[in-house]
Amino acid sequence: MSSPKTERRFVGKSVPRKEGRDKVTGAARYVDDIRFPEMLYGATVRTTSPRGRIKEIIFGENVPWDEFTIVTAKDIPGENYVALILNDQPYLVEEFFNHTEEPVLLLAHEDKFLVEKARRSIRFEIEEFSPVFTIEDSVNKREIIWGEDNVFKSFLVDKGNVDEVWESADVIVEGEYLTGAQEQLYIENNGMIAIANHEDGVTVWGSMQCPYYVHKALIKLFNLPEEKVRVVQTETGGGFGGKEEYPSMIAGHAALLSWKSGRPVKIIYDRAEDMAATTKRHPSHTRHRTAVSRDGKLLGMEIDFTVDGGAYATLSAVVLSRGTIHAAGPYLCPNVRIRSRAVATNAPPHGAFRGFGAPQSIFGLERHMDKIAKTLGLSPEEFRRRNFIQEGQTTATQQVIHEKVDLSGLMDRAFELSGYNEKREKFAEQNKSSRLKKGIGFASFMHGAGFTGSGEKYLESVVGAEATEQGNVRILAASTEIGQGTNTIFGQIASEALGIDYNLIEVAKPDTSNVPNSGPTVASRTCMIVGKLVESAALGLKQTLVGSGFLKDSGYTSEDFSNACRAYIEKHGALKSFSKYQQPEGINWDDEHYRGDAYGAYAWAVYVAEVTVDPTVYEAHVDDFVAVQEVGRVINPVLATGQIEGGVAQGIGYTLYENVVWRDGRMANNQMTNYIIPTSADIPPIRVFFAENPYAYGPAGAKGIGELPMDGAAPAILSAIENATGVSINHIPLVPESLMEELETETI
Amino acid sequence: MSETNSGGREFADRTVPVILQINGIKHELQLEPRVSLLDALREYVGLTGTKKGCNQGACGACTVLVDNERINSCFALAVQYQDREITTIEGVAHSDQLHALQAAFIECDGFQCGYCTPGQICSAIAMFEEFKQGAPSAVTEHLAETEIEFSEAEIKERMSGNLCRCGAYVGIVEAIREAFDKEAAR
Repeated sequence: MSSPKTERRFVGKSVPRKEGRDKVTGAARYVDDIRFPEMLYGATVRTTSPRGRIKEIIFGENVPWDEFTIVTAKDIPGENYVALILNDQPYLVEEFFNHTEEPVLLLAHEDKFLVEKARRSIRFEIEEFSPVFTIEDSVNKREIIWGEDNVFKSFLVDKGNVDEVWESADVIVEGEYLTGAQEQLYIENNGMIAIANHEDGVTVWGSMQCPYYVHKALIKLFNLPEEKVRVVQTETGGGFGGKEEYPSMIAGHAALLSWKSGRPVKIIYDRAEDMAATTKRHPSHTRHRTAVSRDGKLLGMEIDFTVDGGAYATLSAVVLSRGTIHAAGPYLCPNVRIRSRAVATNAPPHGAFRGFGAPQSIFGLERHMDKIAKTLGLSPEEFRRRNFIQEGQTTATQQVIHEKVDLSGLMDRAFELSGYNEKREKFAEQNKSSRLKKGIGFASFMHGAGFTGSGEKYLESVVGAEATEQGNVRILAASTEIGQGTNTIFGQIASEALGIDYNLIEVAKPDTSNVPNSGPTVASRTCMIVGKLVESAALGLKQTLVGSGFLKDSGYTSEDFSNACRAYIEKHGALKSFSKYQQPEGINWDDEHYRGDAYGAYAWAVYVAEVTVDPTVYEAHVDDFVAVQEVGRVINPVLATGQIEGGVAQGIGYTLYENVVWRDGRMANNQMTNYIIPTSADIPPIRVFFAENPYAYGPAGAKGIGELPMDGAAPAILSAIENATGVSINHIPLVPESLMEELETETI
Repeated sequence: MSETNSGGREFADRTVPVILQINGIKHELQLEPRVSLLDALREYVGLTGTKKGCNQGACGACTVLVDNERINSCFALAVQYQDREITTIEGVAHSDQLHALQAAFIECDGFQCGYCTPGQICSAIAMFEEFKQGAPSAVTEHLAETEIEFSEAEIKERMSGNLCRCGAYVGIVEAIREAFDKEAAR
C-alpha cells in the first residue's frame, strides 16, 4: 500500500490535525464536559486584600454549613506548598497572606448554586500589613515582603569588560523601557476533577500543559508514593503558558475536597476568577546604556532588566533567565553586562506566558536599537545590519553560533514582502497632507528553543513508542496537545522515521499512569526536544522488529510493518521502546557565571508591521504584518503558519489593546468586556514566510517555534508608530489614552 | 449524561416545565426560570459541544442557532426558547457527513485548541444567512446596497463577536470563504 522510504513523505506536508474532526463536531471532551456520578462542585474562598494576617473566618448566615465539605490548611495530609522551584507558595493560607485572591479555604456541595452563595457569604477579619505594588517600591525595599530583600532571583551576564568602553565611545545612548502584565485568556477557563481517597490515592483530570508538574505537586501535597497519584490531561482549550503552573494549585484543591468528602469533586473557574486569581505575564522594566562608534558598531551594552514576580517565587527565576539571555538580542557586541532580578510585589504571582520573559527584554532592546540608530543618524535597518550576529561569533553569554545565521537575508526578504522601503518613502510624503498617519517598522530578534542552559540535561525527558495489537504504533509522551499541534507533528515525525503511513501512528492521551515523563509542554521544546525523542523511540521499535527477524531493514511497506508488530506481540506479548534525552555533543553551560551555550538552537526572525494612527481618536491599527523566520525545517507548514499567526495576534493584543488595570494589587478589569483582546476585525493579513535551514539535532531538522512570534510584534508596531508620528514611545500596552498622552506631550 | 442537575435548592419549588426542540429532538425539562439556555444544553440535556467561555456574552463560544439565527446561549434564558428550533454544533453535520463549513475548518486549519470552534461554526452559518438576506454590517459602505461583496473585511467584521485566542482568524476567514464563496457569488 505504500512505498519504502525514499524521500520525505510526511515531514514538510500539511497533514490534517489528528483531533480535527472531534473539534469541529463538538465531540472533543474538555474538563467541564465530564461529569461523574455523585460529583460535588468545589469553590475557592480567597483573600480580598493584598497583605496581612487572617484573625478570624466568619461564615455567613442562612447557609446549611453542615451539608458542606470545608477544607482548610489543617486538612492537608502532606506539605502545604505547590511544589515547583522554591516551594514558597501555599495551597491554602494558614495565617499570613501575601496577595488578593489567595486561596484560604475550599467548599464543596452537590448544588452548584448553593456553593456560590456560600462562597460569597464568607468574610475574613484581618490585620492588614503594608503592601508593595510596584517594581520600584520592591527594589527600594519600601517594605520587605519576601526573603531578606524582596529578590526572588538575580543574574549577572558579563562578557568582555564593559567598564572600559565608555571613555573611548563616540556616542553613548541611554533608554528606559516598560512592559505591562498580560492575561493569557485561553477561551477555556481552568478546571479540574479529582477522585481522591486513602485506598486508591489521588486521580485528577483537567485542563493543563504539564501533567508531571501536577503529579509532582500532588505527591508532596498528599505525601503519597508516585504510583498513588495519577494525572490525566483532558482536551485543553488553550494554554499559552497560563496552564503551566497554576493547574497544580487547582488539582490540589479539587483533590483535597475529594479526599475529605469521599466523592468526586469538580472545580471549574469562572472567567472573573480565572482572570483575577491565576497568573499573567510578568510586567518588566529595562534600562539600557550603550556605547557605539560613529560608524554604527556596538561597543558596549549595559542592560538592567527587572521583572515583577508577584507574591511568590513560582516560575519567576526561569522567566527571568530567559528574559536575561535574550536581552542583548541577535547582535554582536564585544562587551556586555546584563544585571537582572525578579522581585516580589503583593500581586498574584506572575507566571508563564508564551515567550517567557523574552518578549519583555526584546521589546526594550529593539526600541533602544531604534533610538541608537536615530542618534547616529542611521536608518534603523542599516544600524541593525552593521551589528547582526554571524556564524562563528558569540552571543552575550559567549555562546558561539555554529549555525548559518542570515538575519540580513531575512530582513531583505521581509522588506521585499512588505514593500518596506517604498512604503517608508510613500508614507513620509502622504503623511504631510493626510489626517491619518501611516507608518511602517520592524524588529529583528531570536528565540532559544528548549530549556535554558543545563535544563534539558536535568529534565532527562523520556518518550516511548509501543506497538499495538492492531499493528499501529502508539507514541507515549507527556507532551500535551493544547492546540499547537503536538499530536499531528508527533505522528508526522514518527511516520517519517519509520517510513510508514501517518494514519498508523497513534498518540496516547497524556496520563501519568501510561506515559513517561517527557517534561513540560513549554519553552518551544515539544517539537525540537521531545519530537527528537519521538523519532528515536520509533526507530528503537523498528530496530527491535528488524533485530528479531520480523521486519526487513528496508524495502518494507506499511502493511509489512503492521504485520511485523502483530507477529512480535503474538510471540512476545508486548513491544515498547523508550528513548531518553541525551545532550548533543559540544553544549556547555556554566550556571554559576551564566556563560556558555544557553540554548541548543535559536530561531531567527525579522517582522514588519504597518500601522495607521488616527490622531483624532488616538487609535493605532495594524494594517499589514509580515513575519519572516528561520526555524530549522518546518514539519507541518499549515500548523507552523498557524503558530506564527497566533503569536502575532497575541503580540498585537499585548501592544495595543491588553491593559491589565491594577487596583491594590488586584486586576480590576477581570472580564472579557473590559480586558480587550484582538477580534477578527483587529487582525491584519499576516504573511508568514519560513526560510529553512535544517538543525542537525532536531527531528528531521526542526527547531522550536511556539514562542518566537510573541517576541516581534510589540517592537515592530511601536517602530511603525514612531515612523507614522515621529514620536518614540517606550512602553506597552499603548492603549488610546496612553497614545493621547504621548502625542499631546510631544506637541505641547 | 442525562443525569439531572439538582439546580438551586432554594428555588427547587420554583421550577417550571420547559420543552426545547434541539437538533430535531424534543426535550421535556423541568427548569428554574433562571437557567440559561447554555446551562440547559450542557447540564440538563447533556449536549456539551456548546462551550462556556465568559458567561456574559463577550466571547461567542456559546453561540447556537435559533430558527437559523445566531445567539449567545449564555445570555438567553432557556424558558424563552420553547417552540423554537435550536441547533447546536452536534446538529450541524448530517450524521457522518460533515457540514461543508466543518470540513473547511479542518482543511484551512480554522482552529487550534478548538474551544471556540463550535461557536465559530454556528456563528458563521448564521452570518452567511444574514449576508444572503442582504443585512449590512458596520463596514458595508452603502447601507442601501443590494449587492454586498462577500469580502474579507465583511467576514471579519461579521465574525468579530467570536473570539479566538489562539489567533486562528486567518484560517477561520479562509474556511468561511472556502465553504461559502461559491454560493455568495451566485
